[in-house]
Amino acid sequence: MKTPTETTTRLRRQTRARPKAHPHDHLLRTDRMPHIWCPGCGIGTVFGCLLTAIEKSGLPLDDIAIVSGIGCTGRMAGYLNLDSFHTTHGRAIPFATGLKLARPQGTVLVASGDGDLFAIGGNHFIHAARRNIDLTVICVNNLNYGMTGGQVAPSTPFGARTTTTPVGNIEEPFNFCSLAAECGATYVARWTSLHARWLTDSLVEAMTKKGFSYVEVLAPCPTTFGRRNRLGSGADLARFFHERSVIRNGIDPREAVLDFEKHLVVGKFVDSTRPTFLDNYELVRRREVGEWPFREEHTPHTSGRAHN
Amino acid sequence: MAKATPNVLAVTGNEAVAEAMRQIDPDVVCAYPITPQTEIVQLYAQLVADGKVSTEFVTAESEHSAMSAAIGAAAAGARTMTATSSQGFALMWELLYIASSYRLPIVMTVVNRALSGPINIHCDHSDSIGGRDSGWIQIYGENHQQAYDNCLQAVRIAEHPDVRLPVMHMYDGYVISGAIGPLTPLEDSRVREFIGPYQPVNPLLDVQHPVTVGPFDGLHGWYFEHKVAQNLAMERAYQVLQDVADEFARLTGRQYGLIDPYRLEDAEIAIVVVGSTAGTTRLVVDQLRAKGVKAGMVRVRVFRPFPYHTFAQALQHVKVVGVLDRADSFGAQGGPVFLEIRAALYDNDPRPQVLPFIYGLGGRDIFPHDIEQAFGVLDEAAKRVRRVSTQRRYLNLRQGRGLEHERK
Ligand SMILES: Cc1ncc(C[n+]2csc(CCOP(=O)(O)OP(=O)(O)O)c2C)c(N)n1
Ligand code: SF4
Ligand SMILES: [Mg+2]
Repeated sequence: MKTPTETTTRLRRQTRARPKAHPHDHLLRTDRMPHIWCPGCGIGTVFGCLLTAIEKSGLPLDDIAIVSGIGCTGRMAGYLNLDSFHTTHGRAIPFATGLKLARPQGTVLVASGDGDLFAIGGNHFIHAARRNIDLTVICVNNLNYGMTGGQVAPSTPFGARTTTTPVGNIEEPFNFCSLAAECGATYVARWTSLHARWLTDSLVEAMTKKGFSYVEVLAPCPTTFGRRNRLGSGADLARFFHERSVIRNGIDPREAVLDFEKHLVVGKFVDSTRPTFLDNYELVRRREVGEWPFREEHTPHTSGRAHN
Repeated sequence: MAKATPNVLAVTGNEAVAEAMRQIDPDVVCAYPITPQTEIVQLYAQLVADGKVSTEFVTAESEHSAMSAAIGAAAAGARTMTATSSQGFALMWELLYIASSYRLPIVMTVVNRALSGPINIHCDHSDSIGGRDSGWIQIYGENHQQAYDNCLQAVRIAEHPDVRLPVMHMYDGYVISGAIGPLTPLEDSRVREFIGPYQPVNPLLDVQHPVTVGPFDGLHGWYFEHKVAQNLAMERAYQVLQDVADEFARLTGRQYGLIDPYRLEDAEIAIVVVGSTAGTTRLVVDQLRAKGVKAGMVRVRVFRPFPYHTFAQALQHVKVVGVLDRADSFGAQGGPVFLEIRAALYDNDPRPQVLPFIYGLGGRDIFPHDIEQAFGVLDEAAKRVRRVSTQRRYLNLRQGRGLEHERK
């Protein structure tokens, strides 16, 4: 990573050179613009919220890194004027894990798609949550593989049409929030892309919280998912999600279902604490774990998963 | 046999292959989408949905799973196909070796795309070339028609009792996969006749004769002999590849061989090339011939098993051979095809000079003048008495981006 002064000077110089800069210009790699996202795509909104959250968090920019996998959402890393990693499909979390362990004082964000995080990369997600690695994972859930032309994903609702399920999906999707909670994530929230304020607040909380945080955003992909299912423009889709959403903060994530006929449960479902991977690592390193099986009085890391 | 009625379609390379797959109508297709292969998966999903094929179509959650599922299906006794590109191919790596060592005749279409990094979605051959030692038969097509023809022949070759190895057939991403070109398809009935029914060997679904596939071989097992058997199957494949090509020629009038020479008989300098660049090379050969330069070309059709005997004979009289590689083997003497050709010609007397060229990595364009430049190098070398340097020569390479620094 660069030294703080180097980055700050670079950022200042860039901002000064553009008198009419976008308020977030210093966080953007404007040399990479125009971006690839389609008009009406929800990723842009999520990206905007992320930029705001990064600023609001007050975290030193030099100590934030962002890691993405492959996909439309995966392009986020390449557009941010921070240390960023555009990895391979499905491997954002293991890359981020390495980064975090090598530089524990830094804040490591992972931003990727539903396919990247839960299909090809699903295994890494569950283990990172189980280990409680201090990462913030942001998933843009657009219900399909957007980048490759809208194929079925583990988020695609039963019966929905995609290019690989032309007459309707025969599989049941995951409830990612429930999965994250079951695996041990200590912060779990879900919003739609129209819940910009809530989403931004959640992102700030997730970033500044120690432990594995998961923030999911239901976002429109009008170009593939929307078109295949005749759901209209990006705005129509965003409204479709928003109108059906019900906020249920603190609800058991297993009940935080996405039922597109009735309601889409959003809110903050988990905000708990338990020792992170690095906390326990420190314990073991200092030989303070005691002898397994532990006695009642000495259970260093079994805090369970409070869904509150 | 009467020839099929000519019926020329304008299709993308991927459409050509999806059409071949429709006609083959395999029992199982397992695939995961990746650019530039995606179109095949989508077209096939549509065929399944429309009831045009009787295939079980599995949308796996990664290529690792797609190839695993293909292996499971093939071991069960199903005629199985899949398709991939680039990173997807790389992710299948572990299973490629499993498929070939279990002698499962899976047919895979590989739409060639560069391997990361940095991420690149355009054509080069680094994906499939990297799988050259995995025990799969490898056939490279040049154009739309060949993509279709190779796909059909691949099934016959893979399932032939003398072979029983998986076959991958390749064509260039975008250049062929996404661009539109002519295709003369066969009638469905003729394809069915040509392919014939599938007779699996030791299928798991033959419950009267239970078998175990791939168990631990013990500390003093037969692993070594198993590997030799695989190689013997590869050696038998030369004949099968040619026999199937001949039978296909009787059906279609399109004759294929292990190699695809062009104006080579009296050539003094020649280029060896893989894939769609052969078309551009033929054009340059014609132009040079018109100027009186004795230029020729060979396209590599079959890369595994590598037809080294055929190449040694075909290139015997050539003074200088230039090999155009669209993938590199970092740290080796030259590109992967170069190494094969140079080794193949070692026992020739006189021994032609062989020079390595690298081109088109990550989809860098290759123009007729680049190929002309390569022929220029060969011509120059042919006039010399002493042999010239065998350092890599790069075609259409730009300067900058730290290259100068690396060269220090
Ligand atoms: C190993 C590998 N397989 C397949 C691909 C092709 N691929 C690129 S992005 C993608 C899906 C992306 O879907 P998602 O993660 O939901 O992101 P979105 O584009 O929807 O934001 C796929 C299959 C790849 N790049 N690498
Ligand atoms: S394809 Fe979908 S997800 Fe990708 S940029 Fe377009 S709208 Fe967004
Ligand atoms: Mg997606």
